[in-house]
Amino acid sequence: MAYSDKVIDHYENPRNVGKFDEADDSIGTGMVGAPACGDVMRLQIQVSDEGIIEDAKFKTYGCGSAIASSSLLTEWVKGKNLDEAASIKNTEIAQELSLPPVKIHCSVLAEDAIKAAVQNYREKRDS
Amino acid sequence: MRILARLCGLRVPPSQTTWRLKGVAHFYHKKGKHIITSKIEHKAVLDTCRQLEREGYEVTYLDPDEQGLTTPEMVQAALREDTILASVMHANNEIGVVNDIAGIGEICRAAGVLFHVDGAQSVGKIPVDLEQMKVDLLSMSAHKMYGPKGVGALYVRRKPRVRLEAQMHGGGHERGMRSGTLATHQLVGFGEAARIAHEEMATESAQSEALRERFWDAISDIPEVYINGDREQRLPGALNVSFAFVEGESLIMSLRDLAISSGSACTSASLEPSYVLRALGLNDEMAHSSLRFSFGRFTTEAEVDHAVKCVRHAVEKLRELSPLWDMFQDGVDLNTIEWAAH
Repeated sequence: MAYSDKVIDHYENPRNVGKFDEADDSIGTGMVGAPACGDVMRLQIQVSDEGIIEDAKFKTYGCGSAIASSSLLTEWVKGKNLDEAASIKNTEIAQELSLPPVKIHCSVLAEDAIKAAVQNYREKRDS
Repeated sequence: MRILARLCGLRVPPSQTTWRLKGVAHFYHKKGKHIITSKIEHKAVLDTCRQLEREGYEVTYLDPDEQGLTTPEMVQAALREDTILASVMHANNEIGVVNDIAGIGEICRAAGVLFHVDGAQSVGKIPVDLEQMKVDLLSMSAHKMYGPKGVGALYVRRKPRVRLEAQMHGGGHERGMRSGTLATHQLVGFGEAARIAHEEMATESAQSEALRERFWDAISDIPEVYINGDREQRLPGALNVSFAFVEGESLIMSLRDLAISSGSACTSASLEPSYVLRALGLNDEMAHSSLRFSFGRFTTEAEVDHAVKCVRHAVEKLRELSPLWDMFQDGVDLNTIEWAAH
């Protein structure tokens, strides 16, 4: 498998690795994928009262492309509002990282992860 | 070929040809239509069996035990009136376990069933004595014993005689079984590789095993790390290890200094977890988290020590990144979570 330089960079130096307290009201958590499929991503966002994503953290079980996709996403969502973050497309991630066709599903998973995190945050706020 | 014969304990030189399951099945089809093999055979056997099924043969695919072994008892239980052929590998290419070929041979011979053995992984690495083992057909491959790629051999027993449908026609070379001009350079290379393997086997296997144990001793204290396949009945230089909560492909990416694989090279184009490990009862997740390590003629202690350092570092780093490791440490049972398969 030939990886692009960007994938290798994110894999070797993953950004924003970590975990927020899921119970905190300002945190939205999205966990997608399944161990049986070889990919699990947990993406968390910390949202200000104004609805701006102030910080993001991730942990990913999966191949280098899955790790790079989620790492990149944490960089992209910071400073965005929830709608902007939820509208990030997997194709943008795949393009930025030059993912090969067999790894497109990694970028799809990353898109699912941010959508799930935003939804989780909104549900918490609404309840 | 005489040297190849000596390697296998033969008094007569084996016929030099590629191995054929189909040739046997086709020749004996009037005797019966049933074939026995195991679920963890090499794809060269499994895909051939699938084709034979399409042609009307019936195939029993034995489940190995949890240690990856296919036993004489399993073969005995699968025998039918119309069984014509059994094909079981001597050593498995992914996990390195070694089957009791002599025992299976006894059963097959007593039942009048031809016995083919895939010896690609074992010949040249461990003793294979065809005077003792009641094997009718044995296939082997030069490049697995440091010989040239593109040449193999099929041993066909003369007494009791085994008959094969010709693989190709045109001139009657190789006793009519496989016509065509032979590639002298490959045969000489194969013979020379066999000679060296024969001479070096005792020292080489002791050395490979020592390196394998050195490696395992140095990584076995990492939590949640397991060997796949029987601990004792295995090739000296083969080790398949599961690193729970770390995905195999990302682990390989961290181990760029090492030439290792997460499955067999023949199936590495697919993202599916290893069918061999699945057949041992590993779940998909553990199968995704496994690597095969090989220790051979040219492996040094320094390389093993370097590999240990790389593996320890990579596993630690990737677990730090793994949400599954987090959950495991928090005492969450991953089986209780409803995952969204994708």
